[in-house]
Amino acid sequence: MKAPDFAYARPTVLSEVFDLLDGDGDVRLLAGGQSLVPSLNMRLSAPSLLVDINRLPGLSGIEARDGVVRIGALTRHGEIARSALIAERLPLLAMAAPHIAHAAIRNRGTFGGSIALADPAAEWPACCLALGATMVVASRAGERRVAAGDFFTGLFATALRRGEVLVAIEIASPPAGSVAHFSELARRRGDYAIVGLAAQVARAEDGAMDPRLAFFGVGDRPVLAEATRRVIAGGGGIADAQATLGRDLAPTGDAECAGATKLHLARVLLGRAMAALRTRGDA
Amino acid sequence: MGNVKIGERVQRKEDRRFLTGSGRYVDDLQLARVTYAYFLRSPHAHAKIRKIDTSKAAASVGVVQIFTGKDVAEAKVGGLICGWVVKDKHGNPHKAPAHPAMAADTVRHVGDTVAMVIAATADQARDAAEKIEVDYEVLPAQINLAGALDPKAPQVHADAPGNLCYDWELGDKAAVDAAFAKAAHVTKLDLVNNRLVPNAMEPRAAAAEYDRGTGNYTLYTTSQNPHVARLVLSAFVLGIPEHKLRVIAPDVGGGFGSKIFIYPEETMLTWAAGKIGRSIKWTAERSESFMTDAHGRDHVTHAELALDAKGKILAFKVDTIANLGAYLSTFATAVPTYLYATLLAGQYTTPVIYCNVRAAFTHTTPVDAYRGAGRPEATYVVESIVSKAAREMKIDSAELRRRNYIAKDAFPYQTPVALTYDSGNYAPILDQAMKLADYAGIDARKAAAKAKGKLRGIGVCSYIEACGIAPSAVVGSLGAGVGLWESAQLKFNPTGNLQILTGSHSHGQGHETTFAQIVSDKLGIPLDQIEVVHGDTDKVPFGMGTYGSRSLPVGGSAIMKAADKIIAKGKKVAAHLMEAAEADIVFENGTFKVTGTDKAVPLGQAVFAAYVPHNYPADLEPGMDENAFYDPSNFTYPSGTQICEVEVDPDTGVVDIVNFVAVDDFGNIVNPMVVEGQVHGGIVQGVGQALLENAAYDEKTGQLISGSYMDYTMPRADDVPSFKLGYEVTPCPHNPLGVKGCGEAGAIAAPAAVMNAVRDALAAVGAQDRIEMPATPQRVWAAINAH
Amino acid sequence: MTMSVAMTVNGKAVSGNVEARTLLVQFLREHLGMTGTHVGCDTSQCGACVVHVDGVSVKACTMLAVQAEGSKVTTIEGLAASPEKLHPMQEAFRENHGLQCGFCTPGMVMSAIDLVKRHNYAVTEEIVRHGLEGNLCRCTGYHNIVKSILAGAQAMKAAGV
Repeated sequence: MKAPDFAYARPTVLSEVFDLLDGDGDVRLLAGGQSLVPSLNMRLSAPSLLVDINRLPGLSGIEARDGVVRIGALTRHGEIARSALIAERLPLLAMAAPHIAHAAIRNRGTFGGSIALADPAAEWPACCLALGATMVVASRAGERRVAAGDFFTGLFATALRRGEVLVAIEIASPPAGSVAHFSELARRRGDYAIVGLAAQVARAEDGAMDPRLAFFGVGDRPVLAEATRRVIAGGGGIADAQATLGRDLAPTGDAECAGATKLHLARVLLGRAMAALRTRGDA
Repeated sequence: MGNVKIGERVQRKEDRRFLTGSGRYVDDLQLARVTYAYFLRSPHAHAKIRKIDTSKAAASVGVVQIFTGKDVAEAKVGGLICGWVVKDKHGNPHKAPAHPAMAADTVRHVGDTVAMVIAATADQARDAAEKIEVDYEVLPAQINLAGALDPKAPQVHADAPGNLCYDWELGDKAAVDAAFAKAAHVTKLDLVNNRLVPNAMEPRAAAAEYDRGTGNYTLYTTSQNPHVARLVLSAFVLGIPEHKLRVIAPDVGGGFGSKIFIYPEETMLTWAAGKIGRSIKWTAERSESFMTDAHGRDHVTHAELALDAKGKILAFKVDTIANLGAYLSTFATAVPTYLYATLLAGQYTTPVIYCNVRAAFTHTTPVDAYRGAGRPEATYVVESIVSKAAREMKIDSAELRRRNYIAKDAFPYQTPVALTYDSGNYAPILDQAMKLADYAGIDARKAAAKAKGKLRGIGVCSYIEACGIAPSAVVGSLGAGVGLWESAQLKFNPTGNLQILTGSHSHGQGHETTFAQIVSDKLGIPLDQIEVVHGDTDKVPFGMGTYGSRSLPVGGSAIMKAADKIIAKGKKVAAHLMEAAEADIVFENGTFKVTGTDKAVPLGQAVFAAYVPHNYPADLEPGMDENAFYDPSNFTYPSGTQICEVEVDPDTGVVDIVNFVAVDDFGNIVNPMVVEGQVHGGIVQGVGQALLENAAYDEKTGQLISGSYMDYTMPRADDVPSFKLGYEVTPCPHNPLGVKGCGEAGAIAAPAAVMNAVRDALAAVGAQDRIEMPATPQRVWAAINAH
Repeated sequence: MTMSVAMTVNGKAVSGNVEARTLLVQFLREHLGMTGTHVGCDTSQCGACVVHVDGVSVKACTMLAVQAEGSKVTTIEGLAASPEKLHPMQEAFRENHGLQCGFCTPGMVMSAIDLVKRHNYAVTEEIVRHGLEGNLCRCTGYHNIVKSILAGAQAMKAAGV
């Protein structure tokens, strides 16, 4: 509870943010602060300057435009959980939101902040992967768009370059008949996932499934299980899919859980997801 | 609030201030010209301090003073003490290595104090501490208990060879061996009792003041026993005379044992306040609490139980290694000995018992009493092995217990391990628990669970505890350095309201209500006319404090004794006022009456007469203010049975508690609402130990891996169900309230109840003997899949 | 770095000079002397510091004081209409013995009110237990806290707060 000393700036236009990011020293963006402030409190980080972007206009909110849902980077987890638009168009996010930390944290923590932090056990990066989201990144040079699959580059590492700010995430609505599934195993609810699965599953009229399966907590970043997807799309059953998952995932163990156990748990989540999707009336 | 009776669900007097943010905890105090301390701590489990350079830190903004272990040693500040001398099996006292308040040349666990920085703000103190340069020579460390007694293990203290603090025994080994030779069945069990961090929600904190004019010190501290803190600091550590040191424990946010002990931080604060002549405040950060609050449990045990063919227990032998950590905490030696082995008879007629305990030093945080203290460890061994024996002998585990219970007419009952149980009636408790748990329906529920791919299990735990700690002569003969009586003062004011001054200390237990409640009942005074005062050595008589479920049986009894003195004196006053013989006065519902007449004097009138003694007995002292000290004649022996039912997901190892029943005999109950709260809280701490909590160290570096609330998974609301409680009442025969104490029962019994349920579930797949606490999903899954 | 900050706390305009690193909870406790909001950990896990910022629950240990510039903050001290007239949720905790040592209590009550409002008073035991995931209590075993919140939700609805 004794953060190191740092300077603080609260810009009101994005150009000011770019100026501040160009400065010397360890300059950090402060969004919801739900990961950054605890790390300051424990003196695990010692930035020279915090750039508080919470008062920047236009970075918050959820809107549908041009066939995509655009979620401003500063949109709080709690807003996503409560959004009717999200519930209708991107139910995967609505399913995932309650698993993120605790209510008071969801009231402050932001969608963009979680994605930019790229914690491998976090829910949003995996959801973005499963939904094929596009990250909208701004810098003094203008905006560029990065596909979720290219965005998460490693442990707490992203494609964001120095001087860039994640401003929004755009997600195309899944095709009609597509269903979402979210599940995770954690020591306690709200803890970081031991293993989790965010899935967006396209379904044909004949019941054939084409699932985008994003697993998290299984390595240095969320992983799309592509080989497993092909097996399921090709009509493979649960056992086939579970067997194939070993080609997609090679989880590393941690203090709590061995890598092999994580792979097993991922297979359990996959099997349960497939069983649930097969019995779901709306699917 | 008007008059209340014992047994009523009286709402708590203290709640209004807590609910409105008006509580006053140590960190809430605002002191004039206050400075703040930050303690620099060792990052190493074992190292020599070659050199400490404080020059850069001393120049840091806001710094007032920096002290190191060298300063403390040069000032001849005494080391911290262990207040209980345990004699080993050869009659020699335990090894008592020095425990300096601040390490001067060697650090012995991660978190050991190395320097104290005092600055104008807490942030500045920490900023400066980061600039202290310590040159450590890192040495090999012994972290795990396993291997600590190996002759080749790294040594924690030169004067404790082989890391052995003591090798202690209790019971008749030869008789036990003889009984085992004749047994029809022997059950063997190896157990680990996992190390826990107490985790009171209020972190430890202290603030010290020194008054140059009077030479008086005041220490505000998060203590369960302010007088004990004063005694230890005065007589053994700082040399400040007792009458020049005032210790105040204001509102304290939970203790669970961890706030009994005298720690380096409050010691250093008090000493340094005198040195710098300013007040100093310190509040632990949670990560410091994890590293430095005395931990609990941490045993490795092998036990064997001998039974005859019908399941009657013939003998029990237990071999335990207990971890004491790097230094002896205040009562550390007593916990794995007199608070542990003496409970190994449980509720059973086991004729002979032998227990050997070896206590080891390791390069870890000191271990001492944590809710239950020794008794949960004993209960876990007894109740785990009894259930295992039942499974092996194919006898229902409730039935096996019933066959061995001490009969209700056998009290007082002398066990083979020193204690004399005063009262109890165990079978009806089991009956009630089985009924509440629908024990008879478990097979159907197991089948239903199996049909959906789950494993159900049910676990029984019948516990006994010795609490109301306890008779001074007895604990003295066992090595305690203190007496364990309690004090009370009933101080009437002339206007008729009353202050109860108690040596007990409430840090969540609700004494301000229950102590007022017993006096309201006894003296017929409205509750809102009674104030309970505690936690200040300048206000209340010398008292021993709150731990070991002793506040009501011992502290409450002292209050009753003082109330008797009030009544006796009031009778003399009333007799005088009514011109009657004292022998004819009776006291009923707050009024003195002359028997056989309608003459009456309310207590308030007698009180007023005592303070304004215009018309008053010539031979009687004025005033209505009575002191009492109560020293019990025995421990109290609460008992009970808990039944836990779990469902295990064999694919993930997740254990879900689907039902939990606790039936207890606490003797008479003063406030059922408060008692239920104590049971609920205790159960969840026990569930935490069984399923979630573990103070895990990195065995190479000695870092506490589970050193934050992210990693040390304390139970949250959705990890536990609501509970079903029941009571049997056999009043304690030897204290005036007939009470036994209820603070620890939940935590004592729950680990075995939960683990017996988990083992019962895992028995369906043959994995019942492969699981230790905490039964995390990973461990459960591994147990199921270890072929 | 020192900055000025102004906000509304329990309906009163307050201001002060703080370091940038000063947390909202430190501003409340140390600058305003409002010590009802507690600090129980340093990892944003225990919930003892929960207050309401602009109507929703926030962990005051995880927000800088300067971030609350211009905000409306409600703390445990601001709930009761008077010392005698407790907020229905406070009253429910008292009636149901939802507190023991009192240390987690302010955060519990603030979280409970936010939880009940978020669910438009329609809470069940399951919702309450899940909803308390950000608040630790070591005394009560949660049993009576859950009971208190279920009762408090009814009382809040009846009182229209």
